Amino acid sequence: MTKIILSAAAGAVALGLGAQVASAQTLESVQENGYVQCGVSTGLAGFSNTDDAGDWTGLDVDYCRALAAAIFDDPEAVRFTPLSAVERFTALQSGEIDVLSRNTTWTMSRDTDLGLNFVGVTFYDGQGFMVPKELEVTSALQLSGASVCVQSGTTTELNLTDYFNANNMDYNPVVFEGLEEVNAAYNAGRCDVYTTDSSGLASIRLQLDNPDDHMILPELISKEPLGPSVRQGDEQWFDIAKWVYYALVSAEELGVNSENVEEMTESENPDIRRLVGSEGTFGEDIGLENDWALKAIKHVGNYGEIFERNVGPETPLQIERGLNALYTDGGVQYAMPVR
Amino acid sequence: MAVTTLDSDASQPARASLLYDPVIRGIVFQVLLALLILYLVVSGIANAAANLANAGIASGFGFLGERAGFDIGQTLIPYTSDSSYQRAFFVGLLNTIFVAAIGIACATVLGFIVGIARLSKNFLVRKVASVYVETLRNIPLLLQLLFWYKAVLSTLPAPRGSLELFNASVLLNNRGLIIPQWLPEAGAGIVYASIAIGIGAAIVIARWAKRRQMATGQAFPTIRMALGLVIGLPLVVLFLMGTPFTPQYPELKGFNFVGGSTLRPEFMALLLGLSLYTAAFIAEIVRAGILAVSKGQTEAAYSLGIRPNTTMRLVIIPQALRVIIPPLTSQYLNLTKNSSLAIAVGYPDLVSVFSGTVANQTGQAVEVISITMLVYLSLSLLTSAFMNWFNSRVALVER
Amino acid sequence: MSDTHSEADLATTKLAFVRDDFIEQQEAPTREGGIGQWIRVNLFASVPDTILTVVMILFLAWILPPLLNWAFFNAVWDGANREACLGEDRGACWAFVEAKFAQFMYGRYPLGERWRVDLTGILLIAGTIPMLIPRVPFKRLNAIFLLIVFPVVAYVLLVGGYFGLPVVVTDRWGGLLVTLVVAIVGIVVSLPLGVILALGRRSRLPFVKYASIVFIEFWRGVPLITILFMSSVMLPLFLPEGVSFDKLLRALVGVAFFASAYMAEVIRGGLQAIPKGQYEAADAMGLGFWQKMRLIILPQALTMVIPGIVNTFIGLFKDTSLVLIIGLFDLLGIVQLGFTDPNWSSPQTAVTGFAFAALVYFIFCFGMSKYSIYMENRLDTSHR
Repeated sequence: MTKIILSAAAGAVALGLGAQVASAQTLESVQENGYVQCGVSTGLAGFSNTDDAGDWTGLDVDYCRALAAAIFDDPEAVRFTPLSAVERFTALQSGEIDVLSRNTTWTMSRDTDLGLNFVGVTFYDGQGFMVPKELEVTSALQLSGASVCVQSGTTTELNLTDYFNANNMDYNPVVFEGLEEVNAAYNAGRCDVYTTDSSGLASIRLQLDNPDDHMILPELISKEPLGPSVRQGDEQWFDIAKWVYYALVSAEELGVNSENVEEMTESENPDIRRLVGSEGTFGEDIGLENDWALKAIKHVGNYGEIFERNVGPETPLQIERGLNALYTDGGVQYAMPVR
Repeated sequence: MAVTTLDSDASQPARASLLYDPVIRGIVFQVLLALLILYLVVSGIANAAANLANAGIASGFGFLGERAGFDIGQTLIPYTSDSSYQRAFFVGLLNTIFVAAIGIACATVLGFIVGIARLSKNFLVRKVASVYVETLRNIPLLLQLLFWYKAVLSTLPAPRGSLELFNASVLLNNRGLIIPQWLPEAGAGIVYASIAIGIGAAIVIARWAKRRQMATGQAFPTIRMALGLVIGLPLVVLFLMGTPFTPQYPELKGFNFVGGSTLRPEFMALLLGLSLYTAAFIAEIVRAGILAVSKGQTEAAYSLGIRPNTTMRLVIIPQALRVIIPPLTSQYLNLTKNSSLAIAVGYPDLVSVFSGTVANQTGQAVEVISITMLVYLSLSLLTSAFMNWFNSRVALVER
Repeated sequence: MSDTHSEADLATTKLAFVRDDFIEQQEAPTREGGIGQWIRVNLFASVPDTILTVVMILFLAWILPPLLNWAFFNAVWDGANREACLGEDRGACWAFVEAKFAQFMYGRYPLGERWRVDLTGILLIAGTIPMLIPRVPFKRLNAIFLLIVFPVVAYVLLVGGYFGLPVVVTDRWGGLLVTLVVAIVGIVVSLPLGVILALGRRSRLPFVKYASIVFIEFWRGVPLITILFMSSVMLPLFLPEGVSFDKLLRALVGVAFFASAYMAEVIRGGLQAIPKGQYEAADAMGLGFWQKMRLIILPQALTMVIPGIVNTFIGLFKDTSLVLIIGLFDLLGIVQLGFTDPNWSSPQTAVTGFAFAALVYFIFCFGMSKYSIYMENRLDTSHR
């Protein structure tokens, strides 16, 4: 073990391949580096994915861009680290990344045991099942005896077990470490059922050879609140991450979007004035400039814009707002007031 | 001693020679190295402890007793999602041992055949064997595993269109190879007993035959006799008893076949990959071992009038084994270590279940990976211990 | 040997295996030559031999035509997408490899910067070929170039950040580039480290000796995959708060130590094979430890184990494929990533991709192993 550290230290000095130091004061080190290091998934259309030009896009990615924009006024001041399910928590714990925005479910054990602080819920999801249409299955309760493809080390794997046990059904788990492997196995017909978060299913279905031959079953068997998280022990950074999320939702509530945010500085509405930094010193209180939210909204848009752009009905994923609509529209997205 | 060399400065005071004293230099160097290692260990542990504490991550081995909560595709011991992480560890370990043991058996048989084939006088046999060895040895095992899994086994038909072998009692599809299960009935015990008797009798007869041959030179067809006893006897008993086993044939029910035993494609891919790859290395070891027996031995045997087959069996192979066994053992060890690539094809071995799923579910990567490494390390130390013991036993006694 | 008979016994007892009549004299063999004789000796020497030959011919007749048809005659050589490769009678989908070839070589390395990779490759070839040919002079300068100058130049070229070259983060590296980077770093680091460890293991200083033994046995005892897991998941926790580094670099560290331990054992074999007289002669000349090693022992020991070193390289080169398990896209990883492209999804895609990757690995490994055999014959100074 010791030799690795020696090597690591020596290697880091010798090669200097992106060696970096982040102190407990995450904001300081982020400002020093000039970018936010953001952990994302290795590729999930609509959430974090690279386009043909190699640029990252998606809902999870846009959260990081908003965070970067709030700090640097530049949505490009962010570097993405693609992480597997296994790597994601240690990457955050060890300081390799500043924020983990990788469709990660907020659970109590993760919040308490793993040294994470969840910032909020950027996407309310639930675990679903996808099956080939030719099996003529219409409900998850007909799945007894099926082979189920699932990614290892996820809450999905645990929910799956609980669901089948609770309904006295048998199943045959086919478990892989990487998402690509699970996709490939399902695509090749290794299993009858694919289970993961229903948003993920929508995205994966598009990558199959014949998306139209597959359907997503209506049942959602779990609550999967997905959201970004930061390391425990740095309250200031936690606050910044949390309030950038609230600012994006507030903006939608208040009708502020990327088009009109500059004009909104002149708004009469005190809520809007506080949000865009025309009133009060809310930005300075968290170590940023007062127009922090304005910058984030200007570059990335409000929560609604982000949703529509990446996963909404107009995109190939065709996910309805549902639970992710604002509380005023029957959803549960609700921002704490900037006051 | 160094003081007397030419370059030693005459004005240097005498105690400067301490610097050149190899004993003292040795001690100083060792102390420095010890301090460096100590520093690295201590700072590493301190860092880890500080990092874990700062981030509020749980540590320790308490998690082993907690409920695992996930299922495993292949279990050799009873395991459910209510079992503990510790149980999951043993399931993974047994799966590793299971695939390694079968892989070792297959690789050894195939490796010996190919190794001897490479020395065949027959041109075609020789060439086919060497093409096999050169190809498989020079392609990464991981690639071969993925090839078997993704390019061969996943292209098999779905359960509904299974390939049927042996009158539809054995089925091959992309869910695996499904063979009928033989459920024992009353009287099965006698068949089991006959197997044991057959083996016992074969051993006794072999000993007697050897003693007789030593004394009188009369040969006895030991191998044929043993085969007859070990395989023939149980078969005869089986038929006499009216086959006290009922076959349970696989049946397509719902999504998949029910009944029968299934060899999952993950297992088959791993077994195929490991056996074929390791066999190529074993073939080379066998070839080198046989070549290492001096030609004089063969000539001496021939001049005594011993036939080529008997020469091979009684003169060459016993001597070649002395050369073959140590590298063979290390190939076995390699195969066992390579079985950790199971994670790439989704076979639930130790690394995949424990370092993969458990590490991720508990978040206690340090503990989990340390335990995994410790297991492999112990396996490898045990193997080296065996090899040392074997070497000292068979080493050529110089006279 | 007490249970055997005395010589007197042997003379009198009738033994079953001793022949007591003469075999009839046989005619002298006729002189033969040419193809007919070769065929008879090599293919039809005896009845079992003939059976084997026939079986082998049947086996080849069964396996070769479909293989050749698949790889050449029915193969799809060009096409824009999967359409070309769909169909019952289609063989290998080489069009897929053609379309993805640049990606297989460079990964996602930015298009405009790929000349840097090419240049690095050319430098590598220019440095390696003269090194491999024993007759070419200036071996010492050549080695200095390969082991010291080249790594620095390659680092500057590939990573960038100096001389106005834009930085290319290692996330964008991939394909054969990553495979070669991992393999070459492993080789360059493992040689000197292996020498030090091998010397350490043979040291008379007990602490040095046992530290080396523990180190070597630890790395040799665990599978590479657990080492990669350790370096990717565990290592960051052991570093001081906040220090972290690149994913590729972490894999490199793991691979380099793993290779060093194997290298140390190979080199130790060489050190053990040096006659004691050489050590004593060096001592008698008044050489110090490092002088003795540098001038007398290591040159002999290292030349002696060149085949073993090359074999370690081959193993290392094959093992680089494991980095895909920790999410790096080496050659095999990027080929597999290509399978997920819906544009190229066809029944032949996976087989073709694997065949291509296998071919690339085979060329490198087979080349190295042939070279090792060549060196073995060249270095064989025994008088047989």
